[in-house]
Amino acid sequence: MEVKDANSALLSNYEVFQLLTDLKEQRKESGKNKHSSGQQNLNTITYETLKYISKTPCRHQSPEIVREFLTAMKSHKLTKAEKLQLLNHRPMTAVEIQLMVEESEERLTEEQIEALLHTVTSILPAGPESEPKRNPDDAMGDDEDAA
Amino acid sequence: MFVLVEMVDTVRIPPWQFERKLNDSIAEELNKKLANKVVYNVGLCICLFDITKLEDAYVFPGDGASHTKVHFRYVVFHPFLDEILIGKIKGCSPEGVHVSLGFFDDILIPPESLQQPAKFDEAEQVWVWEYETEEGAHDLYMDTGEEIRFRVVDESFVDTSPTGPSSAEATSSSEELPRKEAPYTLMVRRSPRG
Repeated sequence: MEVKDANSALLSNYEVFQLLTDLKEQRKESGKNKHSSGQQNLNTITYETLKYISKTPCRHQSPEIVREFLTAMKSHKLTKAEKLQLLNHRPMTAVEIQLMVEESEERLTEEQIEALLHTVTSILPAGPESEPKRNPDDAMGDDEDAA
Repeated sequence: MFVLVEMVDTVRIPPWQFERKLNDSIAEELNKKLANKVVYNVGLCICLFDITKLEDAYVFPGDGASHTKVHFRYVVFHPFLDEILIGKIKGCSPEGVHVSLGFFDDILIPPESLQQPAKFDEAEQVWVWEYETEEGAHDLYMDTGEEIRFRVVDESFVDTSPTGPSSAEATSSSEELPRKEAPYTLMVRRSPRG
């Protein structure tokens, strides 16, 4: 076996979540024909990874939300890795942003950090834990899941 | 956290699976070989992303199975340096705090990377972070099951492929039992909470 490119692309948690859910559906549909020990590893890793990702805010995302988020992030001039971390973690405080963005004190002023926080919390849906809605914003328009 | 890795491999399909679609057989074989396994210097393989190219399948004399060279992409867990992750504390030992992500367990916070001052409570086998505020000293226990945010500082890959028979039998002073080393370990540093 040969590894051609060990870093060909970065994947967001949402993409992996989508992939694993589709894989699970596919395997369930094809029936219980190949429950050999060979598939046990795949079952284990799929189950554990899905369990982990389901507890993060990523499970409520969708391709449109991710696209919207990335276009909104263009103005802030962040690196790919930083945008990926913001997408995966959905920071809600300035401290979290300072952790994820390198040298944030020099690169971003306080208003910029506030604006960034606002973009993140308004575009990305909240995680499984309920979040007190401070001001009814525009982004929470289409699919509001009734608590 | 996850990256896409392009790989090439030759997949062997035994004759009794010839009735199935080639793509499905190949996907199953690749997942059987790589899922939940650590590839040296690459990371923990999760599942197949897609097959990019299938070359011609050959049948070799003496073996009825077909061999196909496959170019594919695999989803691999490989956090980059300085990435922030959230995990659960699995336990504490004198070596440090062990953190788990559910699907990946070998994450260690060495004592130097814990917020100072920190000390190990032998009685309860737990690390304690004692920090002073105006009121007095507070002790924060790193309890099992607690969620913890950390930053990846270092990673180490160990080649656990079996070695050949050792030449000198005289070297029996070192460990008699071969230690089970984790093929992929992450050293991390706890990031300050808000």
